Amino acid sequence: MWKFIVRRVALAAVIVFLGSFIIYGVMRAMPTSFVEAMARQRAAASATTGGPTYKEWLDQLNAAYHLDQGVFLGFISWFGSVITGDFGDSWKYGVPVIQKFSEVIWYSVVLNIISLVLEVVICIPLGIQAARRQYSGFDYGIMVFAMLCISLPTFFLATVLKYIFAVHLGWFDLYGIVGRYHEQLSSTGKMLDMVNHMFLPVLTLAMLHIGGLTRYTRTNMLEVLNADYIRTARAKGLSERVVINRHAFRNTLIPLVSYMSYLIPSLFSGSMITETLYQIPGIGYISYDAMVAGDLPFTMFYSVFLLILTQISLMVADIMYAVVDPRVRIN
Amino acid sequence: MSEEKNKNTSNEQQLSLDDGRRVKVLSPGMMVFKRFIRNKLAIVGICVLIFMFVFSFVGGIVSPYRQDQVFYKNDFANKEYASAVINNEYRFTSATGTPLSTMVRATFNSKVKNASEESVSFTADGNTYIATKLDDDFYTISSGQDLATIALLGKMTDIKPIGDAEIGKDLKDAATEAIRENAASFELDGVEYSITKGAAKSYTLGALAETGLASKLSFDAHDNAYTKLIADYEFRKEAETAMHAEADSFTAGGVEYILDTDGENSAVIYEKGRDEAIASVSNVIVSPVNSDVFLPIEYKDAAAEAIANRETSFTYVNADGEEETHTITMRGNNYIISTMQKTLLIDMYAYPSFAHPLGTDDHGMDVLTRLMYGGRISLMVGFVVMILENIIGIIIGGISGYFGGWTDTLLMRFVDLFNSIPYYPMMIIAGAIMDSLEVDPYKRIFLLMAIMGIMGWTGVARVVRGQILSLREQDFMVATEATGIRVSRRIFIHLVPNVMPLLIVQATMGLGGIILTEATLSFLGLGIKYPLASWGSIINAASQIYVMTNFWFIWIPAGLLIVLTVLGFNFVGDGLRDAFDPKMKR
Repeated sequence: MWKFIVRRVALAAVIVFLGSFIIYGVMRAMPTSFVEAMARQRAAASATTGGPTYKEWLDQLNAAYHLDQGVFLGFISWFGSVITGDFGDSWKYGVPVIQKFSEVIWYSVVLNIISLVLEVVICIPLGIQAARRQYSGFDYGIMVFAMLCISLPTFFLATVLKYIFAVHLGWFDLYGIVGRYHEQLSSTGKMLDMVNHMFLPVLTLAMLHIGGLTRYTRTNMLEVLNADYIRTARAKGLSERVVINRHAFRNTLIPLVSYMSYLIPSLFSGSMITETLYQIPGIGYISYDAMVAGDLPFTMFYSVFLLILTQISLMVADIMYAVVDPRVRIN
Repeated sequence: MSEEKNKNTSNEQQLSLDDGRRVKVLSPGMMVFKRFIRNKLAIVGICVLIFMFVFSFVGGIVSPYRQDQVFYKNDFANKEYASAVINNEYRFTSATGTPLSTMVRATFNSKVKNASEESVSFTADGNTYIATKLDDDFYTISSGQDLATIALLGKMTDIKPIGDAEIGKDLKDAATEAIRENAASFELDGVEYSITKGAAKSYTLGALAETGLASKLSFDAHDNAYTKLIADYEFRKEAETAMHAEADSFTAGGVEYILDTDGENSAVIYEKGRDEAIASVSNVIVSPVNSDVFLPIEYKDAAAEAIANRETSFTYVNADGEEETHTITMRGNNYIISTMQKTLLIDMYAYPSFAHPLGTDDHGMDVLTRLMYGGRISLMVGFVVMILENIIGIIIGGISGYFGGWTDTLLMRFVDLFNSIPYYPMMIIAGAIMDSLEVDPYKRIFLLMAIMGIMGWTGVARVVRGQILSLREQDFMVATEATGIRVSRRIFIHLVPNVMPLLIVQATMGLGGIILTEATLSFLGLGIKYPLASWGSIINAASQIYVMTNFWFIWIPAGLLIVLTVLGFNFVGDGLRDAFDPKMKR
């Protein structure tokens, strides 16, 4: 078991290294207009005092960000400082990447946790009911609804929700995490203001994931319901309620729990599109802005962060799979 | 399944055991097809997809518009039409036929500006000129020819003629008197003479001849036939003298003219006995804002009159007999005359009408036509990316699954690596790079498809590899080995077709996802770019709140088309999966 975990971690480390190299290479293809702008700004500021010229600033900045070296050497230099925990300063935000990250990550986590809870509360009962009444009108209705949720583009759903709830009903603001009068509110009022602004993003995220989770629950429930031990339970004369809740549902939980544990790391990854659409200053929106602006340090940090999260997810899935199902041989 | 069973039992009731029709054998393909068409949702999906294809590929041909055709409309807008200014500059009329030189004009302007005397003398181009004030802002300019120098010595006057000029006694006395009176000019026997002060009590005597007029009034001829007349020196002089004297007629060149004075500084001149106006005189200069507009004299008169009377608007009957109302506003020293004009505007955000069933967008293009062409791109991107993913995936997965061992391990780690690269960040970075490199919109589509294909093949490779790993152990593979078929044929002719059903199901369901990704990127402005359209980029208009709240017809149809298409692909994919593998039906 330990040997397996060590090998898995080693593989993950290699993948993180190579993956971040690929992203670094692609990022370097972007014109470094930011560095040029900064050099121009600093040269203009120091021009009166006879400080360095634009060219000198540019060279200095390029050297500071390892942009004067080739892609590979630049990556090695970058990786070297990352190993010591130093991701550098964000170009766009002007603060250390880690500081910006720790400021914004909790918006994303809260958003994701609330929508995950909402999804579970909605999807599991729906999926179970649909499975119990397979091929009924209810089942078809749920399946079409689930498919519709899967087929909805995030941006269209978000725009429609905004159109209905923000523009026509005026219940929520269109953008942001806080309202215009946030600073004047009491601490409870501030809480409620944020909750109010979280409503539409949570609804959007939940709607997007409801389809997949409902179908997954239904599939697993159907599998369990067709099993012999359910027939045995029914043959024993147990009430349908006991058969479903005690015997069937508990067995359905196994794949569901392993699916959830697979989801946990992704709670931290933010939801780039949804956050951007509602301008929730979570890690997704902040990184999106950084990427579009060509902010190399922040983009690299976020990519490495996602790479690590994905690897943790996969490892958790592998390990959970082995833990839940003893038949899986580890090697 | 249960339906099928019921049908079988009802058939069996009618047939005897040895009946030949009892065992009806269907080919596997037929079985799949029969199972597929029995699935209602799949049929709905197929119908939706057929509609989408017809809409996009046939609709684009049928549509009377091109995808980048911009529509215009005529509208009335209050636009600046003309500007008027009260003339503060002298205008010069020459008496000799040759225009006064720039030097003379400039010197005149500078001398006259601060002068209070009746006549001012100045030198320009080596000649002496005398400007004689006839009235406010109305001067005659005479040039002198030097006749003699006069030196004043106490009561003595010493005259030295220049050249062979003869100076008579009368002239000498008159000149002396003029010098004593400090005059710049005097008249003797109908000839004007000038006196210019030189150094220390020495003067120059010159004979004067009128060379021009300076005035701030401008003359406009009513007919081209009169342009020569109004440039005539005598006509101008007499007309202006009459105007300043507030007379109502004058004579020039033996013809008598009537002056119809209108306000202090404007008048219309008629020839006596004729109704036709010859010229308009005014101190207001009216000029059109656009150089291609010709302002008729009647218009200028109307504008000048309104300005002279300090009115803020006037009406004018234009060439078509329509009455136009013009408004006058001050801007600095200028009067701006504006009117409602018919202008050609881009027909932006037009509401749905018969000509444009879904209105027009922010570029004035027909939304329905854009949707049709956008559908082509969205569907084409979906299919091309899907095919690309499958080609890469089948090759890598096939090789990996067939050879196994270290090849498999290496390729699968490669797949793991590609799989773990975050998809959306990568696409966004790629989009931003294409933005900053300003890639041509047409090339951009191909680049986008290539990147999406390269980022998305790992799923296919895994499926193919997994299937081939189990298939290669089967007997038919032993047979291919025994018959000595070469490896590439074994993989791609004998193994891969067995994976095809699964791949078709996956590809169909994946198509929806690809279309969603492309739409999302285009919505964010990182995918398909103007002038090309995709459904996602059409919805991009809704990211402006103004468009979202006011013009639902631009973005809602595009969104519905995306949802329906993706739904269609998902239904068909589900239906295909159930049809290929009824045991898996959920």
